[in-house]
Amino acid sequence: MKPSRIVITGIGLTAPNGNSLAEFRRNLLAGVSGIATVDVRYMGRHPAGMCTFDPLKYQKKKEVRIGTRAGGISIYCAREALADSGLNLEAQDKSRIGIYLGITEHGNVETENEVFNISQFKYDTKFWTHHHNPRTVANNPAGEVSLNMGITGPAYTIGAACAAGNMGLIHAAQMLRLGEVDLAFAGGVSESPQTFGIFAGFKSQNALAAHEDPTKASRPFDQARNGIVISEGGCIYTIERLEDAQARGARIYGEIAGYCVNSDATDYVLPNPERQAECVRKAIAHAGMTIEDIHLVNTHATSTPQGDIQECIAIAEVFKNRTTPPYINNTKSFIGHTMGAAGALELAGNLPSFDDLVIHPTINIDNLDPQCDIPGLVVNQPTAAKQVCSILNNSFGMLGINSTLIIKRFAP
Amino acid sequence: MTKDNCKKLVIDIISDIAPDEDLSAIKPDIRLRDQLQLDSMDFLDIVMELRKRHGIEVPEADYGQLASLQSCADYLTPKFVPKA
Repeated sequence: MKPSRIVITGIGLTAPNGNSLAEFRRNLLAGVSGIATVDVRYMGRHPAGMCTFDPLKYQKKKEVRIGTRAGGISIYCAREALADSGLNLEAQDKSRIGIYLGITEHGNVETENEVFNISQFKYDTKFWTHHHNPRTVANNPAGEVSLNMGITGPAYTIGAACAAGNMGLIHAAQMLRLGEVDLAFAGGVSESPQTFGIFAGFKSQNALAAHEDPTKASRPFDQARNGIVISEGGCIYTIERLEDAQARGARIYGEIAGYCVNSDATDYVLPNPERQAECVRKAIAHAGMTIEDIHLVNTHATSTPQGDIQECIAIAEVFKNRTTPPYINNTKSFIGHTMGAAGALELAGNLPSFDDLVIHPTINIDNLDPQCDIPGLVVNQPTAAKQVCSILNNSFGMLGINSTLIIKRFAP
Repeated sequence: MTKDNCKKLVIDIISDIAPDEDLSAIKPDIRLRDQLQLDSMDFLDIVMELRKRHGIEVPEADYGQLASLQSCADYLTPKFVPKA
């Protein structure tokens, strides 16, 4: 039996440069960065991407106080996706709705806050909050969405480092095809800038971005790039089987055409271009496509000296036999690395290309690194495309996990 | 510490624990949970804040003493020790 076709019917997001798809897209085409300088506990000021959505749009003050930032981001994105989809939640069988959210990590923020809290009381653990455990369980962001929306189907997170955003969507497609659920809220979220540990870890790894102008700190493929800008964000989609979406006359943003998830099995942090290329190739094959069918590649590149080169090697290798290269861009140059949200958020920023036929650029390239000078790279200014029928979205993560997701323009 | 001052300090804590609630007309003799959206986790928060802000320990066996604003004042006022 042919598997069901799976489509995207709603998008809710918050990024450092936009709290809706329209605002996000507008800023991506206008070259507007969302990176500012923030105070990081124990570490002083660093560039980071923070979101400005109103958490009280969908939560009470008490819920914001008890919950986590990742939970709040998730609720905002899920509610916005619901509104965008036109679905009537109350008319749905809520036990048949799945919530699948990719996360890079969860719990570090809350644990650090409590350690700091008890440090004010001579480390007496009787001052440790009883909210710690529900805040730090790995399913927290998805669980907060289920509580907020009264959804009683499966709600959990998928831990996959920075490959996780894609994997929320991939998992949703799988569960819809298996018939486990009839509707999914899927994507990825991150609250990472609230933890000093991730800044300190990347700093010790010599992989934390620094620049006097924070809007120029995230600069994938530029010769002067010096590391990652840590950002928060979220992007959640409503995902449905095509027949269900069509039956209710839903707007369809795109169709999940194919995907691949694989592992390097070579290093804790260093990427492996051979396995990345394999992931891309397998995703194209899974979509029933050839390299000629890919029109836009959104890179994972995080602005680290080595990682960007490795991905360029992988992409150049996969597409080396094409006469005309696909368009290649990077969204982190605007918003930094939104970690677990990255795959989902970066995809959203590119989906409008199906209709407006514009490719958003990679900004902050003053001097293109010759080792990143791959054919098709859209540098600093948006470019018009004759057609965009497919987007290949890369997201890679530590411990060598790779995810590639291909979305195609919907054609009945 | 007077009982009226103690009530104000308790209301300060509740305003942080239950920030959506209107605390302007709390009836002192009615159970807090009967007039406010407070659950058992919120009471744990109140106990924690009494510990943090005022150094007051409320043993679990005495949680019932925090039922109403008046019972809070009756129970907690003697526990406020003037700082030397």
